[in-house]
Amino acid sequence: MIRSSRGLAAGLAGLGLIAVLAVAAPLVWGGDAAHLSGAAREGASGAHWLGTDALGRDVLARTLVATRLTLVMTLSATAIAGTIGILLGTAVWVAGPRVREAGLRLIDVMVSYPAVILALAVAAILGAGTAAAVVAIGVAWSPAFARLTANLAASVAGRDFVAAARLLGVPPHRVLVRHLLPNIAEPLLVLLSVAFAGTLTALSGLSFIGLGVQAPSYDWGALLNTGLDALYTNPAEALGPAVAITLTGVLASFVGDGLAAGADPHRIGISGRLKKAPVPVAAPAADDGEALLTVAGLRVSAGGVDLVDGVSFTVRPGEIVGVVGESGSGKSLTAMAVARLLPDTVTADAGALRLDDLDLLAGAAPDRLATEIGVVYQDPAASFNPALRLGGQLTEVLRRHRGLDRRAARTKAAEALAAVRITRPEARLRRHPHELSGGMRQRAMIASALLTGPRLLIADEPTTALDVTVQAEILDLLREANRRDGTAMLFISHDIGVIASLCHRVLVMYAGRIVEELPVGDLVAGRSRHPYTRALLDATPRVDAEGDGELTTIPGRPPAPADRAAGCAFASRCALAMPKCTEEPPAAISLGADHRAACHALDQKVEENAS
Amino acid sequence: MTLPAEKAAAAEPAAGKLAAEHVTVVFGHGRRAATVLDDVSLAVPEGTTVGLVGESGSGKSTLAKAMVGLVRPRSGRILLDGAQVSGLRGARLTAARRRVQLVSQDPNSSLDPRMRIGRALAEAIDPRRADPRAHAEQIAAGLEMVALEPDAARRYPHEFSGGQRQRIAIARALVARPEVIVADEITSALDCSVQAEVLNLLARLRAELRLTMLFISHDLAVVRHVSDSVAVMHRGVIVERGDIYAAPAHPYTRRLLASAPSLPPKETR
Repeated sequence: MIRSSRGLAAGLAGLGLIAVLAVAAPLVWGGDAAHLSGAAREGASGAHWLGTDALGRDVLARTLVATRLTLVMTLSATAIAGTIGILLGTAVWVAGPRVREAGLRLIDVMVSYPAVILALAVAAILGAGTAAAVVAIGVAWSPAFARLTANLAASVAGRDFVAAARLLGVPPHRVLVRHLLPNIAEPLLVLLSVAFAGTLTALSGLSFIGLGVQAPSYDWGALLNTGLDALYTNPAEALGPAVAITLTGVLASFVGDGLAAGADPHRIGISGRLKKAPVPVAAPAADDGEALLTVAGLRVSAGGVDLVDGVSFTVRPGEIVGVVGESGSGKSLTAMAVARLLPDTVTADAGALRLDDLDLLAGAAPDRLATEIGVVYQDPAASFNPALRLGGQLTEVLRRHRGLDRRAARTKAAEALAAVRITRPEARLRRHPHELSGGMRQRAMIASALLTGPRLLIADEPTTALDVTVQAEILDLLREANRRDGTAMLFISHDIGVIASLCHRVLVMYAGRIVEELPVGDLVAGRSRHPYTRALLDATPRVDAEGDGELTTIPGRPPAPADRAAGCAFASRCALAMPKCTEEPPAAISLGADHRAACHALDQKVEENAS
Repeated sequence: MTLPAEKAAAAEPAAGKLAAEHVTVVFGHGRRAATVLDDVSLAVPEGTTVGLVGESGSGKSTLAKAMVGLVRPRSGRILLDGAQVSGLRGARLTAARRRVQLVSQDPNSSLDPRMRIGRALAEAIDPRRADPRAHAEQIAAGLEMVALEPDAARRYPHEFSGGQRQRIAIARALVARPEVIVADEITSALDCSVQAEVLNLLARLRAELRLTMLFISHDLAVVRHVSDSVAVMHRGVIVERGDIYAAPAHPYTRRLLASAPSLPPKETR
């Protein structure tokens, strides 16, 4: 989608006015422009605002009248460039691999010659004249279109829907018109506006040096040529066409820039920082004084909509706490809020956010934040800077926050790599990230996160991008670090099987809230109580169960953050829903040691049992 | 080293609705050539679903592309109903291609973002005209098959969730009335509850339409859930096939099974 902008609007309005002028000017000022007044080479005056030319004709009138011919020529040349270029580009794409390779090379060579040189060569062959100039400039600009079309088509052609169309038997030319061209239209439109400005100056240039429009016809370039003769006696005569060319070119650039900006959706950042909640929030029930990490009433919102809605939990020293939920449940935002790594587009507040004695809401203390919390991300390819060697990236935190010298930091980094079973750690430090496999990069990431001996490791889907055998290795490493150093972990995953095999305690999130919190033993033994947790388990196919059984699906979809009901967000999809569920949010009720669930239906059962 | 199981696996006779027979695929030329598939034979018998598991880079997606004719094998043949379809050109290739449809992994890339759902399905029915008004009934029936309302035809892909888009991609493959469907990692980009929805849909279609399907996934549990038989691929070779869950013979299969995080069976609750 192309979004409007002020530059685009101004450009379009200006070009619109010029187009109106092109139609109207010859009708209104045609007489004045051809009228021989006898007052040759006069300066600017009340009667002739820009003076008169050598034959005593009004320069302003001639400039305005020339708009039509200039515009028609520019548009024709742009159309020729676009048509030839797009046809050439698509032909290269449609052709077989050998022709394509040769064609692309040829286009590259043509693009590397300046358009004006190419135009001069064509004009020299065709001779001077209006039509020749238009064709010359059109041909000269066509390689730019050909290259853009061929490159864009190649990138779109690699997408699955094009393969699907080919398998369905859609003829190639229809694939082109139906799937390729609509998907590359935006960048081509941008190039068209750029080419318009380019052909305008190039055509004016040809006319100016006498290869373009010939007398008695005249365009802005030709007017500039005659105006130049009188530059010292009447500078206004050259000024008129010069201003016209510049103004039109700039307006076309505005349109091009506007289109380009519209086609490139960049976010406008709302600077958001973690704040203290305005209302005091009760500390979570598990806060029994032994917690390492305490989160109370964490709220993360974007544009006034709560994405994470009052989340409270603790992590004890040496404990691995898993957070499981589907996309949009707020599990990653919760983890990133703890690491103080929220994107600028959201704002967050909390009643309390503490790592032992370190108040994470107070800000400051970057040294402690950097050394006491380690973070592992999902994509091992994106978490290292591809341009830097591993050594520098791994030792940075040690040198900066721990004050170690280069050699000591390197020794420590090599030890850390060895600890995650990376062979030849010294040599790996001199490598760039891309020289390591995905699994090895993720191990290096874990080594980097554990390097400072953090008390809490936050891992956000660290195995999702990896193969299952590599995933098993990574989970082993995390278990080992937990046993060896007593590192507490907050482990985020959408995979309840992974959570069950690694964690001590599990938080189940749905629509920005924790709906159930239970020891992993209870989860594995099938003692989960919240309807959503149970539905999630039932929807998971088991590797050790014979297939063919119908999996339980959850009717409907999770509500969008803005549409979450006042009551329980799961109510509309829940088999146990009661009228009360849609009206008030359920509070967490205790179901045993470390086991809590927020559900009205369970609340009722507990009451019934008590009475 | 060739293990007995591997030898037996490689020697399976190619018979069935869709079959790969000693297919070798090489990418690149000269010294940079990489053998992605090495003498692979795999048959999908009519009315059954064959599961294919393996890790990224094992060659399973390349086998899918070779089976539907998007990748040309260097040697070996692809057979449809016993007749060779690899190496066909022109109209005969087009005709053969329509009989086997591919559903791919990424729900963001499988549908044209600029095309309404109705037109995408119309294109599957009539690839030349692609006129949604001429086939409104068939389009509605196709959408109903994947549990979507007929008015979905008027909307664009971005208006749907990932699971819905994947269901639309399945509907597009189905309205072309293919004899075989090749499903390449179609649930790996989906959330668990949405995956369950797509897997249930496949189970229903298998029962109702007697669908013949090659189902490719890295997820052992998912493959087990949908497949009648399973083959394991490792480094471009099928290392094992048959009852891999009860009695895994190849060490790689055992490692794969041991690595899969598992939850206890559901009966415990």
